[in-house]
Formats: sequence, structure tokens, C-alpha cells
Amino acid sequence: MTLHSHTHDMSCQQLLASIGDYVEGDLAPELCQEIERHLAACDHCRVVVDTLNKTITLYHASAHETEVPSEVRGRLFQVLKLDNLREKKS
Amino acid sequence: MINEADPPLSLDALRSGDRAEFARLVEIYYTPIYRLALKMLAREQDAEDVLQNTFLKALQHIGEFEGRSTLSTWLYRIAANEALMFLRRKRPEVSINDEAEEADDSLPMPEQFTDWCCLPEQEFATAEAKRQLDQAILKLPEKLRVVFLLRDIEGLSIKETSEVLNLTETAVKTRLLRARLALREYLAAYFSERLLSENEK
Ligand SMILES: [Zn+2]
Repeated sequence: MTLHSHTHDMSCQQLLASIGDYVEGDLAPELCQEIERHLAACDHCRVVVDTLNKTITLYHASAHETEVPSEVRGRLFQVLKLDNLREKKS
Repeated sequence: MINEADPPLSLDALRSGDRAEFARLVEIYYTPIYRLALKMLAREQDAEDVLQNTFLKALQHIGEFEGRSTLSTWLYRIAANEALMFLRRKRPEVSINDEAEEADDSLPMPEQFTDWCCLPEQEFATAEAKRQLDQAILKLPEKLRVVFLLRDIEGLSIKETSEVLNLTETAVKTRLLRARLALREYLAAYFSERLLSENEK
């Protein structure tokens, strides 16, 4: 983020400082508006916010892809001595 | 498999050593615990060790569980400690509660400004893209990695994450933002390349 002089009040650094709360949706509406004004005028910050949101979305979407191999699950129940108990259930 | 119709876990049964109830607990939570360990440590063997140690410790200490946190927070806490202990044995100088570094609250300036959001959706779903996502997590320092995994992969709230790691909510927020910004840089490096090759088509 190079330091262009913007015609509005918030600097790129100030935006960066609030970006965490902004993407979490935790900011007061006035501050949100200020950020959105900055984003409309500053391409660099807009790209940072958009790609940051995209990064978070990609990870959220990937979260449920991990599968536990059935041997790993089997050994876990064995170690805990719960394997024979499982057979009896249901 | 657990389905919604199953009755909620009984804390009394768990605390009194009911094996069948403990089996239900394991059934509900072994996948998230394994996922946390695997994304934290990368090696399947190490993740399995952490998985087993987590539930062995849970079994050993379930009688002392007071219900001040939820069972999932309690299990994540055991698992996160196991994973961090594992990493510390490999690199003893790392400390999760080292708040000294927090004093430097300046955020690293973003360096990548390519807008790769507009890539076709299938670019984000390739095996290579998924590998890049996992590799990027492993580049994070451990104390950022564990915060990111609990919040953005496991879906815990800021408050729950702070309880699991015994950190303030402010510390969690700071680490989460640092982690997300670092991941953005790592992913930008890869997806910008994809954007270039896409544009050459
Ligand atoms: Zn800006």
C-alpha cells in the first residue's frame, strides 16, 4: 500500500488497523461507511479487502473436507478400549 | 454416526465413567480433533498421536470436568495443548503464551495487490489449490496457526478460541488478523500466477 494522498480522511494504514473488525462485521456503522468511502476511492485497499474476504471464504469452504481414515478411527477406539462396546451398540 | 435425533451427551454419565456415553463423545468429536491436529502438524502419523493422546487424557480427566466450558472447548483445549507440545518438543524455543511479541502491534503492510477474486470458481477447487491452502497454513508461526485453525477452520467464536488457548480476546483478534493477512499474501502469490495463465488463454 503506497501512500497516495487521498482526498478523504482515512489513510490506508488506518484502514488496515480496522480491517480485522471490518471483515468480522464488528464495526460501528459510521466507521464502516468511512471504510467503504475509502475502498471506493483506493484500489489497493479494495483489492486487499476483497482478497482477504476471499481467503477466509476459501478456508471456510475447505473446512469440511478432512476425512479420518477408517483405520485411524478403528485404532482410536481400540486404544480407548471402546471397540467391543461399539459392536454391541445399535 | 451421530444424528440429530440422538439425545445430547449426559455430563453425569460421562463423569461417572459410563463407557458407552464416552464412546458417543468420541464419535461426535474425533473428526474435528483429527482435523485440527492434521492441519496443525501436517503428518498423518503425528495427527493420529495427538488424536489418541487427546481422548486418552479426556478419558483420564472426564471425572474432573466441571462444565464451566463446553465439552468441545474442553476437548479442543486438550488437543491444542497436545499439538503445541508436540511442536515444542521439535522446536523448544516456541511459546504460545509469549505475549511479549504482542507489544509490536503494527501490522505488516500488504504487498500483493493483484485481484485474483475474479478467477473462475473451478480454479479454487483443484487439488493443487487445496494443497496450496494447506501449505499456506503450515507457513504460519504456530501461535498464529492454532488461532486461525480454531476460528476459521473449526468455526469457534473469538471468545471460545480465547478460552481454548487461555488468551485474551484482544490477543486472539490480533493473531487472527495477522494469520489471515499472511495467508492472503501466500495465496495471492499462487492465484496471481493462475490469473496470468488464465489471461494468456
Ligand atoms: Zn487505501
